Amino acid sequence: MIGLLKRDVMLAMRAGGGFGLALAFFLIVVVLVPFGVGPEREVLARIAPGVLWLGALLACLLSLDRLFATDYEDGSLDLLATAPVPLEGVVLTKALAHWITTGLPLTIVAPLLGALLNLPGEAAGALVLTLLVGTPALSVLGAFGAALTVGLKRGGLLLSLLVLPLYVPTLIFGADAVRRASDGLTATTPMLLLGLITLGTVAIVPFAAAGALRVNLR
Amino acid sequence: MTTPLLSLTDVACTRGGLRILEGVTFDLLAGEALILRGPNGSGKTTLLRTIAGLQPPESGTIAAEPECIAYAAHADGIKSTLSVAENLEFWAGLFGTASIDEALAAFDLAALRSRRAQSLSAGQKRRLGLARLLVTGRRIWALDEPTVSLDQSAVSLFAERVRRHLDDGGAALVATHIDLGLDARTLDVSEFKPARVATGAFDESFL
Repeated sequence: MIGLLKRDVMLAMRAGGGFGLALAFFLIVVVLVPFGVGPEREVLARIAPGVLWLGALLACLLSLDRLFATDYEDGSLDLLATAPVPLEGVVLTKALAHWITTGLPLTIVAPLLGALLNLPGEAAGALVLTLLVGTPALSVLGAFGAALTVGLKRGGLLLSLLVLPLYVPTLIFGADAVRRASDGLTATTPMLLLGLITLGTVAIVPFAAAGALRVNLR
Repeated sequence: MTTPLLSLTDVACTRGGLRILEGVTFDLLAGEALILRGPNGSGKTTLLRTIAGLQPPESGTIAAEPECIAYAAHADGIKSTLSVAENLEFWAGLFGTASIDEALAAFDLAALRSRRAQSLSAGQKRRLGLARLLVTGRRIWALDEPTVSLDQSAVSLFAERVRRHLDDGGAALVATHIDLGLDARTLDVSEFKPARVATGAFDESFL
């Protein structure tokens, strides 16, 4: 399992792996928003939590369709399915590798980009915390969508349609927690709900994703 | 020795919803190789995928020890941005075997070990894919056209490896069109082609 994690992270880092893709997309979205919305600082501060969370979410979505597709195309997925590791573990490991190469870097640069959107300093901590807690759910849910669409050529559109509704609760509670923090309120309730979604997702979804993979490998 | 490593009883397989094999029955003993033959589309790959556990048989039973089959498909599962050694080390780690040196030496890959897989030739990639079989440490090899794009000397290298695997108490199930020079039984898959059933013909006339 650790070998698989190491391999996936290494593949993402090497040429053509798309490691910087999510990060660059996130950066571009956040930099462009002030040009589109206008430079009023109050407006920017008000929309900052939503924009940052939405940017992170879409950046996550961007690299999902390659999660199983590359392994499917070169035959690795067949071999992984016959290897002495449970397919559920493969799904979870690959989702973790996806999170390490997209969710984690996004979390780290988010406070810097928050400053661009005039996000109050006291909300930066909440932003990092919500992304840290919430983005693993995005990767695991995305792995489920990727598993469902693995056999399809150009399955990216279908993948987005399948996965985006599942992302809505995470987006709502994540952005809400940051908004509350930037308004100086306590953000405990949305934070707890966000954590609850992530834990539930990590516990249940790998089984569904492994089931979908088994059907697609037939 | 008397209990077979792998035993198929009256197995039927489907591909794309169509039943293409039925009544497949054979035993595979330790030290034995079985060559699967048959024209294209006769169901060799489907049978091997069913035996490897990638798809369930439609009916019948496949009896084997759990996790004793190493499957090698048309695609080798090689990551082009990883080196030869990194590719092999990954599979060795996954199957819990320690050393890749013997497998590299067996398929004459030692000189290429730090080369990126994307710069390998088709035959070298195939050899890397076959070297993976050695690091799985599994007793039954289920091989789908293993000699595609191999040259003459690599084919004999491979046949030699299979022979050694059989001597060590392993077994091999090989779908191939060429003569490997193995002392092996041959199973013609087209014998198990189902008789046309009425519904099948009906479907086809519509499609």
